[in-house]
Order: sequence, then C-alpha cells, then structure tokens
Amino acid sequence: MTHLPDHDDAVASARLREVDSPSSPVEYFGPDQPLALDAGSALAPWQIAYTTHGTLNADRSNAVLVCHALTGDQYAASTHPITGKRGWWSMMVGPGRPIDTDRFFVICANVIGGCAGTTGPASVDPDTGKRYGLRLPLVTIADMVRAQAMLIDRLGIDMLFAVVGGSMGGMQVLEWAASYPDRVFAALPIAAGARHSSQNIAFHEVGRQAIMADPAWQGGRYLEGGAIPKKGLSVARMAAHITYVSEPALHSKFGRNLQDREAITYGFDADFQIESYLRHQGSTFVDRFDANSYLYVTRAMDYFDMAADHGGLLANAFRRSPTRFCVISFTSDWLFPTKESRAVVHALNAAGANVSFVEIESDRGHDSFLLDEPELFRVTRGFLTGAASVRGIDPPAPVPA
Amino acid sequence: MNDVALKRGRFDLDVVADLVEPGSRVLDVGCGDGGLMELLSTRKGVDARGIELSQTGVNECVARGLSVIQGDADADLSGYLDDSFDYVILSQTLQATHDPKTVLQNLLRIGSRAIISFPNFGHWRMRRQLLLEGRMPITPHLPEPWYATPNIHFCTIRDFVTLCEELDATVIEAMALNGTGGRIPINAPWWFWNLFGEQAVFLLRR
Repeated sequence: MTHLPDHDDAVASARLREVDSPSSPVEYFGPDQPLALDAGSALAPWQIAYTTHGTLNADRSNAVLVCHALTGDQYAASTHPITGKRGWWSMMVGPGRPIDTDRFFVICANVIGGCAGTTGPASVDPDTGKRYGLRLPLVTIADMVRAQAMLIDRLGIDMLFAVVGGSMGGMQVLEWAASYPDRVFAALPIAAGARHSSQNIAFHEVGRQAIMADPAWQGGRYLEGGAIPKKGLSVARMAAHITYVSEPALHSKFGRNLQDREAITYGFDADFQIESYLRHQGSTFVDRFDANSYLYVTRAMDYFDMAADHGGLLANAFRRSPTRFCVISFTSDWLFPTKESRAVVHALNAAGANVSFVEIESDRGHDSFLLDEPELFRVTRGFLTGAASVRGIDPPAPVPA
Repeated sequence: MNDVALKRGRFDLDVVADLVEPGSRVLDVGCGDGGLMELLSTRKGVDARGIELSQTGVNECVARGLSVIQGDADADLSGYLDDSFDYVILSQTLQATHDPKTVLQNLLRIGSRAIISFPNFGHWRMRRQLLLEGRMPITPHLPEPWYATPNIHFCTIRDFVTLCEELDATVIEAMALNGTGGRIPINAPWWFWNLFGEQAVFLLRR
C-alpha cells in the first residue's frame, strides 16, 4: 500500500501532536518529581498519559490497572485518536464486560518509552528543545511500573484492586506484584512470563536491526527533519506479527492462497495472501507507532528477568506476597509458551502465594489474549468476581426491571 | 450425601470435610470441579487451594472464583514449601499416581496433616471377582477394565496401613466406608474393614 506524501505528513503531525499533548488525560511531573530509572539516571520533567473508565468508589478500593503490550496504548476501551479504531481490549473492558466498568474503576496508562503521550523517545527533551531520539535513557519494565505507581499516587489510590495485562502487560503485572506487594490485591498476568526468552530477544533484535538499517532512521534523529524510517519499522512489525500467531491459524486463514490473481507472477510482488496481509500490517503500523519507541520498548522486554533481579530465584520475588494471582496461558502461544507461565506458577507456589493457573485451548497463538476467546473472558470474570467479593467491592447495581 | 458430592460422583466429600478444622489452610490435590473446596470454604471458612489435572476442571474452578492450578500429584507437589498448609487432601487419587510413596511423603511434608481417601482393593466384591471369575474386578466405583483404568497402584486398607508405618506416619483417625458412604462400625477389627470397606479415609500426621 502506498501513501500520498500529504497523507504521510498529516499522519506524522497527528502522531507528534499525540506525543506532546494527547487526546487522553495526562499527568505532568515537574523537575522536583523525577522518575528514577534502572539505567541509573532520572527523568524529569516527564508526563504520563492515561484513560479511565467507571467510577472510583468511596473507599477507593475498586481500581483496576490495565497494562498494555508492546505496541499498545492507553486506549484499551476507547477509540484510538489516530486510527479511529475501537479500543484494543474493548471486548474485555467495559460495562458488563469481564473487567466490568460498572463495578471497577479501570485505569490504563501509556508506558514510559511509548509514543501515545507518555514521555518517550519522540518527546521533546527540555534540555535541548529537540526530540529525545536515542538521548532518552533506556527504560525497563520496572521503570514503566514505577511511573504507573506515581500516577496511581497522583490519583489518590493506595491499593489497586487488580493489575491485569497480556504479554508485556503481563510482565508489568508481575513486576507490580513483586515491587508493590501491598498495593496489589489481585494480579492477572496473561500470555506472559517472568523473563524474555533467548528466542524472544532474537526476534526483537531482527526488528530493531530492520529499523536501524533503514537509511531514514538517521541514527534515531529522523524526527529532527526528513522522512521517518517506515520501511524499517514496517519490516520489524511484519516479522513480529508472525510470532503473534500460530502456524495452524496462518494456514487456515491464508494457506497458499494467491492475492487477487489466478497464478504466480514469477516476480516479487505480493503473490500470496499472507504476504499482502503482512505488508498491510506493516504499513498501517507505521501510521500509529514511533520507530524509536519500538527500539526502547522491545529492549525493555528483553531486559526483563525477574529471577535475575531477585538473587537468581524467582520465588524470592514473591516471598510473603499477599496478592492473589491468576496466571493464564494459551496452548498455541509459542512466544510466551505455557511453560513460562508454569514457571511463574511454581515460583508463586514455592513462595506460598495464592495462585490459580489456567491454560486456555486456542489455536490463535500469542494474540489470543486480544481476541474473542470466551474461555479467557469466563476465567477473567470468575477470578475478578471471586476476588472482588473477598475485597468487599459491591457488585454492580442491578438494572431496574 | 449433598448435591456437590453427587455432582462430583464422590461420596466421601462430607466425611473428608468433617475432618477439617474450621478456618484452616487446605490444599486439595486432585480437586476436580472444586466441590470439596467450595464445601470447605462455605461451610468451614477454610482458605482452600487446589491442584487439578484436567484443564476443564481447573478452568471451571477458577471461573467460580476458586484458587486452582493445573498440575498433578506426581509432578507438582515438590515445589510446595514444608508445612505450608494445615491439611493436604488427596481424595480418590493415590491409586492413580505413579509413585504413591513419594506422593504420600510430599503430602506429609507440605501439610501438618494429610487426609487420604482411596478405594479398598481388599473389598470382598473385588476378592470374589478375582477368586471366582479370575478377572480383574470391575465395580460401580471402579468401572474401567484393566487396560483403560487410570488406577495403576491399587492397595488394600491393610497395605496402606503398612505404608504409613514404613513412613513413620501417625494415623490420627481412620475409617472405612460402605458403598453409599456410610461408616463401617468404628470398633470393628481391621480385617473386617479390609473386607467390607469399599472406601477408606485416613487422617495422618508425620
């Protein structure tokens, strides 16, 4: 798919507008409220963009933090300002949904290092007046969580009823439970793990190299003028997208079907539907995501290793944890396979934590957590409902007859 | 017999539940659809956790708000800390484990007490089938033929008592149940239990 230049310009400026002053609410933290980073430095000033749904109850006990995945954003249950698409988890979050906004006050924030309004490499560095690019210090999953904790403080919430998220969102859930055990009543990590595997790092590295190999990337300074590295970012997305789906799902959806043609063309056009599909995934992605953010956030995932952060023993991360956990994996997820979830469950058991573990049968791979998976919704609803009654959160008022 | 027990097809639930002190911490190994856990938490205010092999059972439990993980007695008990529960319950599962002795050791290690229930292979009906028909016994409670049964380590009540002695486990309470879950007279001798008990329930400690 090709874009007209003026389309590109319009999209690029819309995206930067969302970086600087997003359509969603934003909290600003001044020079006196730095965000400490694992890399050693601190970020100040900085900002965090978020959305909320539902109402915080009187004793402030019904807040649910939803953590987004690698290329997600704060628009879990509301329309995306650039793409106009409905929220990425609108099947999960909303009135009467498993994460029921009639019962819970749901918060979803863009991660630090992201590009939807929270400080990231596309943000303006106040010291230079230019966009950070690679001058932004590297960020980690723990940094993302620390930033969210400062937002939660700002919103006047001591303890979250639940922290929920899939993939990188699930990593944040685990990090929350380990870093702030007294602030998380229930934790629901989905399709995640306590570390990024060698294979996962390998795929991320391919994506990053694709971006950095694009001449338009200019050492990360593309936002200071010139074109954006959309070829590189698009290839990164194409490669990553393959890891989000399963081979059987690809086969049943596309097989070896040809795209708008009767026969192969003996050329390098997108003869096959799968090629056309991947190209489309790549080209739409560059409209809504920043290439440097992709580098930063993938790196944050690569660095994630909770056992290493706790003396080599994962169980140490959850010692005396008062949190109740529900770990969910999917049978066909080969990016975060069930064994990664099971390792978390074993560690939680060894730590004496209250844990449930469900593996859901699905042939749709890692992305299952974003899709219409009735069993996922049923388990999520059951777990949250059970935990909410223990926590003493009122069920939603019955609809008057 | 209550509805929960009926649904699960296990008539020892009430008997097992009666052995548990109110407000204690319980691990139910092989918890099925969570019937016993629910019974214990509603009736006795117990903090119950479960392990269940079948994924359907696990999902059902979690959707009902119970804390259950997918796993089995042979593979997943080793990760639990010593004394992390007041009771560990293994109901109708011991005979289906690969290594009953290690499983029993783990139960006694993880829980201050262990409650084990199992079908008695010494029951007269079993003995009759083996003796007179020369066939592996099939009963209403153990309906599968030898080649399809998940039960690979049958024992009698006498055998189980011997294993307890070998492991230095103390029998706090023991009982034999007839086919409908009724208790066989407490003062009956062991040989009587071993012959007429269809099920046995033991409360043990180290």
